[in-house]
Amino acid sequence: MFLINCPYCGERDQSEFVSGGEAHIARPKQPTELNDDQWAEYLFMRKNIKGIQFERWNHAHGCRKWFNVARDTSNDKIEKIYKMGEQPPKI
Amino acid sequence: MKNKYSIFSLIKNAFSNHENWQRAWRDPEPKKEYDAVIVGGGGHGLATAYYLAKKHNLTNIAVVEKGWIGGGNTGRNTTIIRSNYLWDASAGLYDHALKIWEGLSQELNYNVMFSQRGVMNLAHNLQDVRDLKRRTHANRLNGIDAVWLETDEVKKFCPIINTSQDIRYPVLGGTLQKRAGTARHDAVAWGYARGADEMGVDIIQNCEVKGIKRNGDTVEGLETTKGFIKTKKIGVVAAGHSSVIANMAGLKLPLESKPLQALVSEPVKPIIDTVVMSNAVHAYVSQSDKGELVIGAGTDSYVSYTQKGSFNIVEETLKAILELYPIFSRMKMLRQWGGIVDICPDASPIISKTSIKGLYFNCGWGTGGFKATPGSGDLFAHTIANDEPHKLNAAFNINRFVSGDLVDEHGAAAVAH
Repeated sequence: MFLINCPYCGERDQSEFVSGGEAHIARPKQPTELNDDQWAEYLFMRKNIKGIQFERWNHAHGCRKWFNVARDTSNDKIEKIYKMGEQPPKI
Repeated sequence: MKNKYSIFSLIKNAFSNHENWQRAWRDPEPKKEYDAVIVGGGGHGLATAYYLAKKHNLTNIAVVEKGWIGGGNTGRNTTIIRSNYLWDASAGLYDHALKIWEGLSQELNYNVMFSQRGVMNLAHNLQDVRDLKRRTHANRLNGIDAVWLETDEVKKFCPIINTSQDIRYPVLGGTLQKRAGTARHDAVAWGYARGADEMGVDIIQNCEVKGIKRNGDTVEGLETTKGFIKTKKIGVVAAGHSSVIANMAGLKLPLESKPLQALVSEPVKPIIDTVVMSNAVHAYVSQSDKGELVIGAGTDSYVSYTQKGSFNIVEETLKAILELYPIFSRMKMLRQWGGIVDICPDASPIISKTSIKGLYFNCGWGTGGFKATPGSGDLFAHTIANDEPHKLNAAFNINRFVSGDLVDEHGAAAVAH
């Protein structure tokens, strides 16, 4: 239970948002050239970090825009919020 | 040799005010080397150690646990046991466990309070009806007892359910597995710990794993807060923290760890003598032997290791509970808690070797691992001892995420995720 500062709407309760999981997993540029191991890596394998993790969130019950969050999963503290397309911050 | 628990030992100890009970397991310091080390002293880990010693004669082994045994998800679940899963592989796995449950108290000489009070799954819309009927047929083909109940039969089996067709999600029927039920979760961990300890297994509490030492593609041992432990075989049964341990060995797993919540009410007189689960509205309830209602809520949508969970999840569950059971409207809740569950993309577990020799993982049980505790330990012990899976857990290897041979059990998992 925590608050998220939506870059478009401001601070709202987490229940307004939906987590989109780990961020910065790039969609393969040439999907036809991927072998099964690479597909498994892209589709299923996750870092699932205990500590600071970079994630995508969607303000589903608000502006419906996507953005990135750097959050400490061991205490749910949000370190940084940044827009889609931006590089992950150094923390 | 441990004293056997019986009515006579109970009477005998009553005369000395129960002050002379033998301790149930030792509290040893770790040795320098073991034949195998199990990481995680929950039900699954302790069961693994028990069966390694009992069936495979591996007694020079240890269980390392960062907290106290049974203090993680073993003591946080809602104690439900059933085996009514859809696919053949899952039916084999979960029914193997259920068969062991049926004789477990006698085998361990420890009362795990296994109670086959039945588990009923409700249908609230047409798709639920179709899915649950299909699952009932699949169960019966696999030799698992399951019956379809019409709405009036649901009402007869559990009279306090509101079966009015005017509510938001009316009860359109349900399935019942009569062999299913509940058990005392702490007793399962304690019973396995006592049994394993008696055969020489070292159960080392307050011992956190800090690193896995590898020589190329082979494991050499574990760095722990109680020093280095040399071993050729490591079985990781760390539930929500599986990915953390995997990262120490340079592995990535297809898991996400999320908080799952549960809550109990104040104790009341017996009112519900079965377990009722409802996937669509997300509410399930049973009553403990102390009289508390035990209510399971859902998972949060985000990764977290906080063992808390969000308030809105509990609120949703209680809304559904109140609609289905108006009789509970003035019931007070006593406690709420969370556990961290490791969820696989196909809602099925992983009991598998890995690409590193001597490193085995038993994880991904997600929201429903308690029911499988004895079977999971038995099959994981087989996998570690023989360096190859038993036929019952062969389908639950980690390579299924590469081959695409997934075991999709989202329909049979009681918690939608």
